Amino acid sequence: MPTLSLLYDRIRTEEKVLINAAEKKGVFLKPIDAKELHLTITDFSSERELFGDVALERCVSHFRGLHLTAALENKGITVINPYSVSSICGNKMLTSIVLAKSGIPTPKTVVAFTKEEAMKAAEELGFPSVIKPVFGSWGRLIAPLKDRETAQAILEHREEMGNPLYQIYYIQEMIKRPPRDIRTVVVGEEIVASIYRYSGPEDWRTNIARGGRAEACKLSEENVEIILKAAKAVGGGVLGVDAMEKEEGIVIHEVNSTVEFKGAMSVSEVDIPGKIIEYALNLVKR
Amino acid sequence: MKLKCPECDGDIEVKEVIEGEILSCNDCGAELEVSKKKDGSIELKVAESEGEDWGE
Repeated sequence: MPTLSLLYDRIRTEEKVLINAAEKKGVFLKPIDAKELHLTITDFSSERELFGDVALERCVSHFRGLHLTAALENKGITVINPYSVSSICGNKMLTSIVLAKSGIPTPKTVVAFTKEEAMKAAEELGFPSVIKPVFGSWGRLIAPLKDRETAQAILEHREEMGNPLYQIYYIQEMIKRPPRDIRTVVVGEEIVASIYRYSGPEDWRTNIARGGRAEACKLSEENVEIILKAAKAVGGGVLGVDAMEKEEGIVIHEVNSTVEFKGAMSVSEVDIPGKIIEYALNLVKR
Repeated sequence: MKLKCPECDGDIEVKEVIEGEILSCNDCGAELEVSKKKDGSIELKVAESEGEDWGE
């Protein structure tokens, strides 16, 4: 019988339902708290006994999960998602590059490395635009640059922030979209659920973590193709592909590597955690 | 089972929890993580607060 592990630092709804889904299939998904681990990375002794054949990395802290993935892959453990995928998805700049390179429609984005150049970039893109940190999630610190004055203020604040990654100025055209986006959960080569995420009453962002509301979404054939192509472009796995609707069609703005599917689960009849466990089991067989 | 909040010493009723789950204290509002001691018994620890890199 294959064994799977669940690497976590916080048990959210998603982790709970994954544990239950595995149990239903008669598989033990061993929960392992990443906060209570230390690993020798200079020898390559197998850790299969502890971590099983395949590990599902579900840490809420991106960098913790990413580094743990690298350590385990070097010990021969298959991790979902692989380091190569998480490192792209965890960085908005790398994601934009990969999407654009693969010919996937994505918002026009400019990057700058000083406040002054960021201002020039914003002016070039035209107001309003959107500034986003290259890392982080739940819409944290994403801000609309409505005009020159707002941009100046936000860029000045950015400059004062301690983490050097905030000085990577990632500025994106503002997409004229309805007050919603589309979150699609992709498992391997299959779309398992797709939802509209409507922004909550007190926020312009659509993240469920910010109070966004979920509604089932029926994707057109064309959009299915674009979304699957985006998932493949970052390397595939268990992913949350986010799209915005423009008049001409959808644009993909983000691919999430530790996908939160609580919102999708609430409006979908598909057994999303069950599909993820099946995917992990299939990787064992390979 | 009744446990004490490590932050305010308030009583917290704990049932059917799993390790790693987050509870909040009704008295002080602290977020607490369910943790297992070496002897297998359950304890509550103050949970980590949201980091800059948290999320999907």
